[in-house]
Amino acid sequence: MTTGGPLDLITRVRGVRGAMLVSAEDGLVVAEQLMEGIKGGAVAALAASLAGRLRRAMEAAGTGTSVFWHLQAEQGALLVVPGGDNAGGILVVAVAEPDVNIGLVRLELLRAAETMV
Amino acid sequence: MADEIRALSAQLAQDPQSLVFLRLGEALRRKGQLESATRVAMNGLERHPHLADAHDLYARILTDKHDYERAFDEWDMAVRIAPNHTGALKGLAFLYFKVGDIAQAEAHLEQARKVEPDDPTIDQAFEMIRGGAKAAASSAAPAPSAGTLDEARVFAGLEGSNEGLLLIDGAGRVLGGALRDRSGSDVTDSVAAYLAGVSQEAARTAKLLGLGAWNGLSAEGQHGNVHLAHPTPDALLLVVRERGTPLGRLAILAQRATAMARRWLETQ
Repeated sequence: MTTGGPLDLITRVRGVRGAMLVSAEDGLVVAEQLMEGIKGGAVAALAASLAGRLRRAMEAAGTGTSVFWHLQAEQGALLVVPGGDNAGGILVVAVAEPDVNIGLVRLELLRAAETMV
Repeated sequence: MADEIRALSAQLAQDPQSLVFLRLGEALRRKGQLESATRVAMNGLERHPHLADAHDLYARILTDKHDYERAFDEWDMAVRIAPNHTGALKGLAFLYFKVGDIAQAEAHLEQARKVEPDDPTIDQAFEMIRGGAKAAASSAAPAPSAGTLDEARVFAGLEGSNEGLLLIDGAGRVLGGALRDRSGSDVTDSVAAYLAGVSQEAARTAKLLGLGAWNGLSAEGQHGNVHLAHPTPDALLLVVRERGTPLGRLAILAQRATAMARRWLETQ
């Protein structure tokens, strides 16, 4: 599994402050490319925890597991693509500025997840 | 039309107590001058609070403004004042139809027909409702029962207001709306219970990452898309739509639902 390439493509998108691969099961960092000041360990743990709770809610609602989710906040956004079982339960995560092009980041996250299969 | 409005305005100015405000308000509404029509109706209601026609006029204006929840209240008031007010009965039938309560819609139209058996618009409304009922019956989603109306009214008039919208409090208790899964089973309570946890985790994540307060969470699922927002600090709103609904459109729908939910919560 290569990791540097896919993360490069994500972090090249204007407004993205960092990208990571995170183990969904334990919330640990697998690979990261982050700007100064972003705490990779905290991002990984929180993203994995939120992903787990969201997965349970979405399964209960009958929408199936999530293929992309996006937390919008006042000063930024967290964007996540769960890599699925074939990718070994890896989350592809991006931390971005609030005015980032969400559609573009989503595409790069999905591409990165595909390369891990 | 402009001459009529000028003439009616002059009459009303001469005698502010007169009922000419009803004709003026209706003329303004038909011309699409909804803010002016609203002012006329509100002034009229202040002077004639027990006049069913005034509530009917205001309800029609509110309906044109897509404020269906308040329109319901106004028509409801009109019928309480004058139980045989056909305009209000037809208006209520329309709103019941919009929230998917076909039985109530038909009951109100039947009542209107008893009062005015020769009114052709009642037959037209029946045809529309029965056409809508057939369409609903052929779709997978079941229509809500009459008992769900109060909850559905939180989102009355909003696209898909009778399903796929859920409002809960911070402890995961349902405040309004309902959810069904793809097989048609009611999953409202279980989703509500999970959502409280999602909200707390989203708030914690945004705060600890220095992103400030969270204001929305969108997610694409394998079979459907969801958007989570919080109309007030203590309430959560979930909008669920089929996979074909783009996340951007879902966010717009969620914004509208959030505004409606906020207004509804303020009146509780």
